Amino acid sequence: MTIDMNNASAVTLRVNGTDYPMLLETERNLLGAIRDEVGLTGTKEGCDDCECGACMVLVDGQPVNSCSYLAVQAQGREITTIEGLADGQQLSELQAAILEAGGVQCGFCTPGMLMSATALLDRNPSPTREEIKVGLGGNLCRCTGYGRILDAVERAVTIR
Amino acid sequence: MSFAIATTLDQALAAIADGARPIAGGSDLVVGARHGKAPLPESLVAIDRIAELAEIKAGGDVTRIGAVVNHARLMTDPTVVGNYTALADAAALVGSPATRNVGTLGGNIMNGSPAMDTGAPLVVMGAQVELQSTGGTRTLSIAHLWDAPGSNTAAAGELCTAVLLPPPGDRCGSAYVRLEYRRAMEIAVVGAAAAVVLDEAGAIVNARVALAAVAPTIIEVDGIEDLVAGRALDDDGRAAVADAASSQASPISDMRASDAYRRHTVGVMARRALDAAVRRALGEEIAVPVNRALGIGAA
Ligand SMILES: Cc1cc2nc3c(=O)[nH]c(=O)nc-3n(C[C@H](O)[C@H](O)[C@H](O)COP(=O)(O)OP(=O)(O)OC[C@H]3O[C@@H](n4cnc5c(N)ncnc54)[C@H](O)[C@@H]3O)c2cc1C
Ligand code: FES
Ligand code: FES
Repeated sequence: MTIDMNNASAVTLRVNGTDYPMLLETERNLLGAIRDEVGLTGTKEGCDDCECGACMVLVDGQPVNSCSYLAVQAQGREITTIEGLADGQQLSELQAAILEAGGVQCGFCTPGMLMSATALLDRNPSPTREEIKVGLGGNLCRCTGYGRILDAVERAVTIR
Repeated sequence: MSFAIATTLDQALAAIADGARPIAGGSDLVVGARHGKAPLPESLVAIDRIAELAEIKAGGDVTRIGAVVNHARLMTDPTVVGNYTALADAAALVGSPATRNVGTLGGNIMNGSPAMDTGAPLVVMGAQVELQSTGGTRTLSIAHLWDAPGSNTAAAGELCTAVLLPPPGDRCGSAYVRLEYRRAMEIAVVGAAAAVVLDEAGAIVNARVALAAVAPTIIEVDGIEDLVAGRALDDDGRAAVADAASSQASPISDMRASDAYRRHTVGVMARRALDAAVRRALGEEIAVPVNRALGIGAA
């Protein structure tokens, strides 16, 4: 993507603990900044319309649909993407649980699901199945039928 | 196009006086612009980091909810859940956890959608809106904030700084319910809020009902007190309130519902909201949101 220098401003985004300076137009979405400027492509573009949750990231620990959020609004905040969940080769409990529970088919929704689930467990460490459904209410999956994704979150809760 | 982040109210008011549009979460503004509804304004000032706009202050003769308080906080804050429960019911229904994190109370009411969820609760609870500009501060009754779909009566240069609510009283209850086809990422097909005050014997002293998504703006149903005051809520009262809500609605038909369906179901929602408000006023714990606690809306 080319940047019109007249309209772009110098911005630093902090993603997974690292500062990334870049030039951004005001209208640029956070998803584009993460994928195209930072170069982290784990965060997916599904609907590009704030409906599906494939683009979910955390901003200061809270879930945000990055396709529909201005990148400039995330300046000075901590952005966490799917790449930020594992510690080196050590998967997070939720990442491990979704593999073990078979909660991944095509995998397109998985990063967004994991970000929503991470935010959920941060605010409620032992959610009921009903609370997990509410927590993942903004994430669509076209493959799994959701059951095994919910199982995975329950599993992560019990192995904690 | 310019973008600035205000960290104080004075910075924000100065930018708005210079023609900038406020952006809080952007969940209406940015999503609308990306849809092509209206392009992003040439100049934006972000107001979501202004600490004094993020406060909820209770006590004294007014409860003050700052304009950038988000829905996630409204649905869990003890003051809101305990005393202004219909507002918590509404906030808990908004979008998804991400929408409730990004979206703010000020953004919801200033955006002026007739389907907004927080509007009807605020009307029945007698909310005032505080508007500030570099020229000063004024408050107006929330019902006077809206004049047409997607529009509000604030002057250029005015920022909504807070919603003001009367202090909680004894034997008060409120509730908001909406008809929805899905449990998440939905907007109200129709919605209704009710607030009541009871006497010691459980008779209704005061009752108000307001409706969402059945008119160009949120509307209050006239004459509710005449229908239900002076006695405990009974089946005649419930039916009369449902009829009044349906007859005062002026809904449109669109892809989501026909006008006839909306007119009928808004009466049902008004009856259920009133019922839940009375039960809460009698001391029953009905968890937020009523839609989930009582199984209203999508299964
Ligand atoms: C997926 C999705 C689901 C949604 N679901 C619901 C729902 O269920 N119910 C519902 O009611 N809404 C819903 N919404 C709409 C939206 O999230 C809410 O209206 C939200 O509260 C808007 O707040 P915001 O801070 O994001 O507003 P913004 O987009 O930042 O602002 C909205 C408008 O208000 C103006 N504005 C914002 N703050 C102020 C202020 N303090 N003073 C003056 N003007 C101001 C802005 O200039 C803009 O014109 C949904 C939106 C999305 C994207
Ligand atoms: S890509 Fe952002 S919600 Fe679908
Ligand atoms: S695994 Fe394919 S969309 Fe969820």
